[in-house]
Amino acid sequence: MPAAARIAGDDTPSGAAQSLGAAAVGFKGRIRAVRVRTGDHGLSAAELERRLIELGFVEGARVAVLHQGLFGRDPIAVRVNETTVALRRREAAAILVEPDGG
Amino acid sequence: MSEIALPTRVALVGNPNSGKTALFNALTGSRQKVANYPGVTVERKEGVVVTPAGLAVRLIDLPGTYSLRARSLDEIVTRDMVLGKLAGEDAPRLLVCVADSTNLRLALRLVLELKRVGRPMILALNMFDIARHRGFDIDLDRLSIELGIPVVSSVAVRRGGTRDLLARIDEVISERGLPQGLVATEGTWSEPNAAELRAAQREADRILDAAVRMPGRPDSITRRIDSIVLHPVLGLVILMAILFLMFQAVFAWAQAPMDLIKSGFDGLGAWAGILLPQGWLLSFVRDGVISGLGSVLVFLPQILTLFFFILLLEDFGYMARAAFLMDRIMGGAGLHGRAFIPLLSSFACAIPGIMATRVIASRRGRLVTILVAPLMTCSARIPVYTLIIAAFVPARTVLGWFNLQGLVMFGLYAAGIAGALGMSWVFNRLLWRRDPSDPFMLELPDYKRPVLKNLALGLLQRGQIFLHRAGTTIFAMMVVIWFLCSVPPAPADATLLAINYSLAARIGQAMEPVLRPVGFNWQIDVALVPGMAAREVAVAALGTVYAIEGAGDKSDELGRTLTAHWSLATALALLAWYVFAPQCAATLGVVRRETNSWKWTLFLFSYMLALAYLAAFVTYHTAVWLGAG
Repeated sequence: MPAAARIAGDDTPSGAAQSLGAAAVGFKGRIRAVRVRTGDHGLSAAELERRLIELGFVEGARVAVLHQGLFGRDPIAVRVNETTVALRRREAAAILVEPDGG
Repeated sequence: MSEIALPTRVALVGNPNSGKTALFNALTGSRQKVANYPGVTVERKEGVVVTPAGLAVRLIDLPGTYSLRARSLDEIVTRDMVLGKLAGEDAPRLLVCVADSTNLRLALRLVLELKRVGRPMILALNMFDIARHRGFDIDLDRLSIELGIPVVSSVAVRRGGTRDLLARIDEVISERGLPQGLVATEGTWSEPNAAELRAAQREADRILDAAVRMPGRPDSITRRIDSIVLHPVLGLVILMAILFLMFQAVFAWAQAPMDLIKSGFDGLGAWAGILLPQGWLLSFVRDGVISGLGSVLVFLPQILTLFFFILLLEDFGYMARAAFLMDRIMGGAGLHGRAFIPLLSSFACAIPGIMATRVIASRRGRLVTILVAPLMTCSARIPVYTLIIAAFVPARTVLGWFNLQGLVMFGLYAAGIAGALGMSWVFNRLLWRRDPSDPFMLELPDYKRPVLKNLALGLLQRGQIFLHRAGTTIFAMMVVIWFLCSVPPAPADATLLAINYSLAARIGQAMEPVLRPVGFNWQIDVALVPGMAAREVAVAALGTVYAIEGAGDKSDELGRTLTAHWSLATALALLAWYVFAPQCAATLGVVRRETNSWKWTLFLFSYMLALAYLAAFVTYHTAVWLGAG
């Protein structure tokens, strides 16, 4: 798949983008890109990317990190538009986010 | 008479947490049955609905899914049923896509995907009342035009809340002028790639913007509850408190019905003794059939109590939170967050626990959970534990206020949990070293008030499934074990009880050289054979071997006999044995069914046996070394 298609919807001006996997509780922003690097997820990069999209992690979606676990601050509970999803930071690292007002 | 037409089949599809099952319950009431799809261990729920026009419709509740791109067993069934590819099943005439009105974004994407299947479809906006209450403004007509299918609102939990949906179903089936989108077309579904999924989600977002006005902020009740129950520290404390209360209830509430079932079966056995002449037939009916069934059915109250809590918490929306809280803790041992409920159920009985692993999508995650679930201390171990502890462990207070007997009991539970976590860790390292573990991704639904009707139906189904299992697999095992314990019959001049002359005794005696190093005498070995039926049967068997009449009721007397015959080291070794031993034929039967593999069943049996032997060996020799031999 060409890189351009992969980051479709990425029409926001480039700002201070960061990985959702590193975001602290209280973080609010929008998804700029979903890009899964191969390896270490127990499934292929393409499969993980599709699963994230099916749970609502698409470019432009509003996200907020609501909660995190006690050990290693993992997993995290993320509000994606109207849905709340729990996932591990390792997988959330594939989601590039831009803070509100950033 | 005209030909009897087969009822039309309608399938309910939808995201998890869309209230699909509640809608199914509202439509079918108690006219539903749960079975398995042939060849796979996915529950098949079907019910009959009679529409206002008087048509009988067969309604199928398909497992929840976000996409037709199936991953778990459940989702494969949904996909194949929708596509009409499921062996032995006709394609449904109509799809009813159920969506949570307060969470339409992902549902609309699924609708767009389902449309490509080319089957007539209706979208039911469920929980419409909650959406309206929370300030959602949903334009049904606009939604219908945008999607090109009929859209109706529904409220599963209110009387009359399914009227519109039923009327629509009627229209479609009676083929009175099929509206747009209700004519079956050539299906063009193929697995979407990431770009197609993105495009579909963008289209869904556009439709949502056009037809739905949403309140600015999310559900405040859910947010407030979550700020407490998902708190990193407080959340764990609350979870532990809930579990503690649950187990208290399982043991406290279930005791009376358990006693009732036990005395019922005892009475039945006595009655058989009066009706039938002495001989093998009486032995078969009383000791094989009646006591065999009784020894399994006695766990029904505990299983139902546990499932009552699990269903209640699941309906409320808490179970996903529990998985969130436990994910990292269990993940350290290589277990999936979703393994939490199956392992929890295994404290009552491994059978429902193993069946509950179906929700785990990855084969590896599911297999590891199945392999370690029997290590959780199920309630069949309790009679064995209490007998031996009461006989051998003095009831004194240690370290200030701990009861020594209670401490030993706690230690046995802890050993089971540690064993399960440890073995999961080992399996993940040894068997699947190459591939890293499956990702944990789970929707945390908004909290909802549990509905009594759904709870009752869910509980009824759990009970039915267990009884069905008890009536087939477990019963067959019981008969085999009865046979081993009764054949050949005792000679006429027998001085000992019949079991001492049976095949079971020969097996026990043959095992003696193997089990002597762990401190077991031949009487224990003999009792282990009927103990394969269910662990607690070993208690009655010990009574039989030591020739104590009615040992089940006189456990004090049995305890005294045991202290006279066993050393403390032997007793402790037997306890250690029972923590790990695969002493339950019914569990093995269920593992065989759920893994669909004799290889894994044999693996489970072997590793648990090895672990039990090792634990008993170490315990026995440590105890002897400490002077308890």
